[in-house]
Amino acid sequence: MMQNSLQQKSWLRRCFFTTAHRVVGVQYLLLAMAAVLCGTLLSLLMRIHLVWPHANWPGHGPMRPEEYLALVTVHGTLMIYFVLTAAPQNGLASWILPAQIGTRRMALPRLNALSFWIILLSLLVLLAAFFVAGGAPISGWTAYPPLSALASAGPGQAAGMDLWLLAIALFCAGSLLSAISVIATVLTRRAPGMGWMRLPLTVWSWFTGACMILPSYGVLLVADGMLFSDRHLGTAFFLPAQSLVNGQVLHHVANGDPLLWLHLFWFFGHPEVYIAILPAMGLASCLLENFSRRPPISYRTMVGCTLAIATLGFAVWGHHMFVSGMNPYASQSFNLTTIAIAVPSTIEVILWLATVMGGGLERSTPLLFTLGFLSLFIAGGATGPVLAQPVLDAYLHNTYFVVAHFHLILGMAGVFALFAAVYYWFPLLTGRKMSERLGRWHFWLTLVGAYAVFFPMHFAGLAGEPRHYAQLTGTAAYLARLVPLQAGITHAAFLLSTAQLFFVWNLLRSLRHGELCGLNPWRATTLEWDETDPIQP
Amino acid sequence: MPATITRTPVNVERKDPGTGGKPPVHHRPTGGGGDGDNWDNRPPGRRGPREMLARYRMLLFFALAGDMMFFAVIVLAFFFQQRAVRIDPASALLLDWKPLALPPVLWINTALLLLSSLTMELARRHLFREIDVMEEWLGLGKPTSRRAAPWLIVTSTLGCLFLVGQWIAWKQLSAEGVYFASNPSSHFFYLITAAHGLHLVLGVLALLSAGMALLWAKRIEVRQIAIDCAAWYWHAMGLFWLALFGLLVYGQ
Repeated sequence: MMQNSLQQKSWLRRCFFTTAHRVVGVQYLLLAMAAVLCGTLLSLLMRIHLVWPHANWPGHGPMRPEEYLALVTVHGTLMIYFVLTAAPQNGLASWILPAQIGTRRMALPRLNALSFWIILLSLLVLLAAFFVAGGAPISGWTAYPPLSALASAGPGQAAGMDLWLLAIALFCAGSLLSAISVIATVLTRRAPGMGWMRLPLTVWSWFTGACMILPSYGVLLVADGMLFSDRHLGTAFFLPAQSLVNGQVLHHVANGDPLLWLHLFWFFGHPEVYIAILPAMGLASCLLENFSRRPPISYRTMVGCTLAIATLGFAVWGHHMFVSGMNPYASQSFNLTTIAIAVPSTIEVILWLATVMGGGLERSTPLLFTLGFLSLFIAGGATGPVLAQPVLDAYLHNTYFVVAHFHLILGMAGVFALFAAVYYWFPLLTGRKMSERLGRWHFWLTLVGAYAVFFPMHFAGLAGEPRHYAQLTGTAAYLARLVPLQAGITHAAFLLSTAQLFFVWNLLRSLRHGELCGLNPWRATTLEWDETDPIQP
Repeated sequence: MPATITRTPVNVERKDPGTGGKPPVHHRPTGGGGDGDNWDNRPPGRRGPREMLARYRMLLFFALAGDMMFFAVIVLAFFFQQRAVRIDPASALLLDWKPLALPPVLWINTALLLLSSLTMELARRHLFREIDVMEEWLGLGKPTSRRAAPWLIVTSTLGCLFLVGQWIAWKQLSAEGVYFASNPSSHFFYLITAAHGLHLVLGVLALLSAGMALLWAKRIEVRQIAIDCAAWYWHAMGLFWLALFGLLVYGQ
């Protein structure tokens, strides 16, 4: 019945302005692909500038340092929000979650579709920042005041920063709507018999992620509004009484505290990284148990760990602020909670490894990417407890060591899980499998590329190279000996980006020419593959 | 519905018998069926209107919990900034925070909002009066709507009066020369009242849509859900205002 009504609608109504959860989910994934493409291009520009700072860009000339910072800002914002949050949490949840709990639609389908359009608008607003006077903002994705609150602080801090704030507010609104619809769906639309302790672990992680979005994005929204009123309504929430900007002393109405922004931002920011990685962790559990042909080891422990990570995730934000002048006792307690959160994460890793070791694995590309996720999660996670030590962080803070840490555990691990998801669920969309041969080429090149790009950054960080430095010449000449290392990283970045062409080619080719497979090619037991469902392609 | 379920191997209909384990079980303890009279024995999701109401309520409470965080952050920032000091050239510590004299009209507003919560509760209870619900069930008109509608109108009016009162308070303050940008205390006064006022505007819209549901929705379950959710949202906004007003009165 539903299929017929879908077919009767016009092409535009079926593929664009629809509330069908599958279409909205795929729209989210396409949005994330557009965002990851932009973000990767920006990062390549950054890599080139870092190694060859005097390169002449056709039609532009050499890149100025503030343009480098604008690239940093937009790269981070795109990747964190529009790729690592929008795709695994909003997108995959919309595409897969209803089917996995045995229902045909989300509980609030219009809300869900609306969330996509708001987030698309947010993406366009963010990218528009490149084209206004002064260009994109230069204060990084964390937008620390006072410089983010003062239009005179740099070329991108006027109109560009306003657009950035608007984009973030829109993204918050869209994500909150999406989270409410995920929670409502899980609470109200489970099939008969689909009790809480029978939910696939993917559903648990989407549900937990959505529950984390509710409080954390609300906080960001407040902070975003306060920063906006500091910029335009003359308040001083985050502005100190005087600030010296470009040689001029600026007076403000009161002695606001930039530290307040740090607290609010990181109270959002740290849960945010778990919102981004929890779906990937759930996906890993789901795929590993499927490809090892066995039920998950200690399902309840997995669920408990997911919930523990979510709870503790709200108590660790201070570890981003060890060098901010915070009370050292507070640092100590944030250190403890951060070490504590390593425990449930480690338990999950051990259970995944146990699943892998005990089962006869069925080789396939989604499995390879899941194992890649596992490897990167461990490699990136290992440096987490290091950075959680206030003493070590005093040295490593804001160096490439941190860049290496979060790119491995959040960026690469999250993207590997996304690749696994696409390879795994592609047959659900098309009835065809993606090419295994191309998939393997893609996997191995990406794995080697990922480590080649991000692992050496640890050494740059240990050698003391700060992040956000546009070039290693002039006043930063003491870091000149790191140029060969950075040049190697840049070459590896080209390898990593080029390897993605295998994926794009595989995706496009398999749409038409992929190997036809049955309704359940991976012999999965989760409900999205159910053969009796009439909506199946 | 689908026949395969991931968890609890006992209940899985195995397609792949090669892995051992227990034989397929045809009887499912949670599969429904059985006595048709006691709805509590039905599977979750099939237990009738009461359950649907409970779920919408739960959903609303989730959203309100997120919203509470929104206000909690403002309260935390309030205390954070209240203690902010600066050091003047003579090395003395100066507090920037000048406590704000609240316009007395806020007390009237608070009373109005409390009263509106009371009337909303009356409207809500009318939707659940057993005799009226029974009459509707027998097809004798819509007594629940008839009784609840006046209270809903009173509530909306009181809500609008509250908003007008807040506007008057803003006008009075700005007449005294206290603007958003004047002082940290006025930052927070305007921020708190504006954020709460925005929520209340949404609340009034919710009341209006609940009123439309009273008029046009045929099924009593739908009307119950509309009024019930609007009522709980309204109560929550009342509670939030009490906390925020308390903060403004005693916290400065």
